Amino acid sequence: MPKKTRRLLGGIGLVCALALGATACGGSDDDGSSGKKVSAGDIQAALKKGGSITVWAWEPTLKQVVKDFEKEHPKVHVNLVNAGTNKDQYTALQNAIAAKKGVPDVAQIEYYALGQFSLTKSVTDLSGFGADKLSKTYSPGPWNSVKSGDKIYALPMDSGPMAMFYNKKVFDKYKVAVPTTWDEYVDAARKLHKADPKVYITSDTGDAGMTTSLLWQAGSRPYQVDGTNVKINFSDKGAATYTKTWQKLIDEKLLSPVTGWTDDWYKGLGNGDIATLNTGAWMPANFVSGVKNASGDWRVAPLPQWTKGDKATAENGGSSLALPSAGKNKELAYAFVEYANAGKGVQTRLKGGAFPATTADLQSDAFQNTEFPYFGGQKANKIFAESAANVGSGWSYLPYQVYANSIFNDSVGKAYVSNTPLAKGLKGWQDASVKYGKEQGFTVSE
Amino acid sequence: MTTLQQPAAVDRTARASLKRDRRSWTGWGFVGPFVAVFALVFLAPIAYSIYLSLFQDRLIGGNTFVGLDNYQQALQDDQFWSGVTRVGLFLAVQVPIMLGIALLVALALDSGRLYGKNFFRISIFLPYAVPAVVATLMWAFMYGTRFGLVGDINDAFGVSLPDPLSPDLVLASIGNIVTWEFVGYNMLIFYAALRVIPHSLYEAAEIDGAGQLRVITAIKLPAIRGALVIATIFSIIGSFQLFNEPSILKPLAPNAITTDYTPNYYTYTLSFNGQQHNYSATVAIVMGLITMVVAYVVQLRGMRKGA
Repeated sequence: MPKKTRRLLGGIGLVCALALGATACGGSDDDGSSGKKVSAGDIQAALKKGGSITVWAWEPTLKQVVKDFEKEHPKVHVNLVNAGTNKDQYTALQNAIAAKKGVPDVAQIEYYALGQFSLTKSVTDLSGFGADKLSKTYSPGPWNSVKSGDKIYALPMDSGPMAMFYNKKVFDKYKVAVPTTWDEYVDAARKLHKADPKVYITSDTGDAGMTTSLLWQAGSRPYQVDGTNVKINFSDKGAATYTKTWQKLIDEKLLSPVTGWTDDWYKGLGNGDIATLNTGAWMPANFVSGVKNASGDWRVAPLPQWTKGDKATAENGGSSLALPSAGKNKELAYAFVEYANAGKGVQTRLKGGAFPATTADLQSDAFQNTEFPYFGGQKANKIFAESAANVGSGWSYLPYQVYANSIFNDSVGKAYVSNTPLAKGLKGWQDASVKYGKEQGFTVSE
Repeated sequence: MTTLQQPAAVDRTARASLKRDRRSWTGWGFVGPFVAVFALVFLAPIAYSIYLSLFQDRLIGGNTFVGLDNYQQALQDDQFWSGVTRVGLFLAVQVPIMLGIALLVALALDSGRLYGKNFFRISIFLPYAVPAVVATLMWAFMYGTRFGLVGDINDAFGVSLPDPLSPDLVLASIGNIVTWEFVGYNMLIFYAALRVIPHSLYEAAEIDGAGQLRVITAIKLPAIRGALVIATIFSIIGSFQLFNEPSILKPLAPNAITTDYTPNYYTYTLSFNGQQHNYSATVAIVMGLITMVVAYVVQLRGMRKGA
């Protein structure tokens, strides 16, 4: 009985909290934990006093950052825990928050998943901690991803401005020009596949992350999110631009039917069967470790454009560090996040191979002039940095993007294996996302 | 005499009732541990699932009691029913094939005319010892049209076999894996049942001039009817619970295998991707009931024929 009562009370409490949250969104009042003013002095005092914090993250470069941070602040102990990678960690975090037990002080959350946590106020608004002064520190893509109105829910850790990786050896062999627009891309796909039926311009079996990124680049803004009001619509002009071109690649069977991150995929990248890869700037480390045998074959080029002469790009992947609301040591936690994502930790992480979200590092000579032996000595960071500066604004993900992505292939996937047009597949995805949103209590319009 | 007998009788009944009293407590003592464990590991999870299925936990709005709403939704859920239809089709095609092969092998072993009987028996049974996950990964590799066995055959003979992982064929491919895994297991059930048939029956049949085929239809098959019914029920449950194979093949055939491919896979998606634990519990309960009904009907039919 008491358990039941407690559950009931908990339920009522949650409803109240959400109601409060909703009013906080609409009005200007403050809801306790978030928006609290914490001065730099408070943070310094907390660092002097010491204590211990728990950090949930899977990003490997943080290990060294933790060591350096503890050296600088001997009284602070940082407990770095790998609670699983992306989806697994989100489930664990969601459960910890629901149980109000074992919630970490800091958690790594990818940009596309942050909305799910900020919406329910499960992460702390950092604007009162001094994060509001960091707007110029980060490049616009990642900064917009952690910001919602005047609230800042995390500090960007890395980013994934998109570029086109291409196998120069293959392009040279068949004397095909490297495409700069998507129309040229389709042409190149035809030429390469005609020259050798085993060669495909790229592999694609339907990948939610890549599709949304290319829609983003094409100017489509399928998701509009305002608190619990969500609008989902894949029929804007940008989406039509994307489906028109991509439909050609599908219809003419110019896409290799190999799913990303499988053995076949790595083999295809290595032996030249897959000629290009459009993805985030975090990819090079994966090339070095996963496609060793093709070292020197690959180069980096700007992402092909929808309109000739444009420079539009988008983000693909990337993550941030956030402070769960139920975490205890907020001052110390923020001190760590700031150190790792805006302070000295950034340099440490760059050395470890991470791709920065900070403008200063993106523009520094040392970073831009780094030569990549894997790409034949190319200064690839120049291309990535330029891409980072040209990420289209106004994009947002759904507050339940993790789930939406998991059902992407149920609807859009049909376009890849049957006669269903891509646009119809996207409509199907839209319907399923709308249905789920309504079931979860959102006000969804189309 | 009668006056003497009465007290004795009363005494006996009193003692008997005392004994019965003590006996009933002793009985509980023996049954207790079982009942406790049974309640904890069998009844409690079911009760908890039913409890869960009466609520709805939303991202916005929190946890609310919704009565039988989830059940109503499940009964009208196209995704759920498409999964049920799929495993139903699987059941109708794969189970007869698998049990037919198993029966054939068991009869062949039992006929005593097989050379290298033990080796044959072991090698048929061996796939059952391979974990389903490993078996599926192995088959998935063979199914590969690019670098797998199918791809190698295509290259070596210059043919182009259809892709076993395409939407039209993937269910058949899964059926093939499951058949490979479970023929040995079912064969063993049939073989064990065949071994206990008294040899005198065969001798009598021989004297009557019955051939092997007649012996099979008139003696062996009726004698192992119970085993056939059991194997069928196990297979029905196995088909309805299909999960390992589709979930492992999903990364290789992301567009052929949807997240609602089988009812079990659907509950998994609902629960682990969608955080819809309540609805997931409901779907699982409904599927459990369907399985029970089908299994029960098969059992009734199988047993009635036997009588």
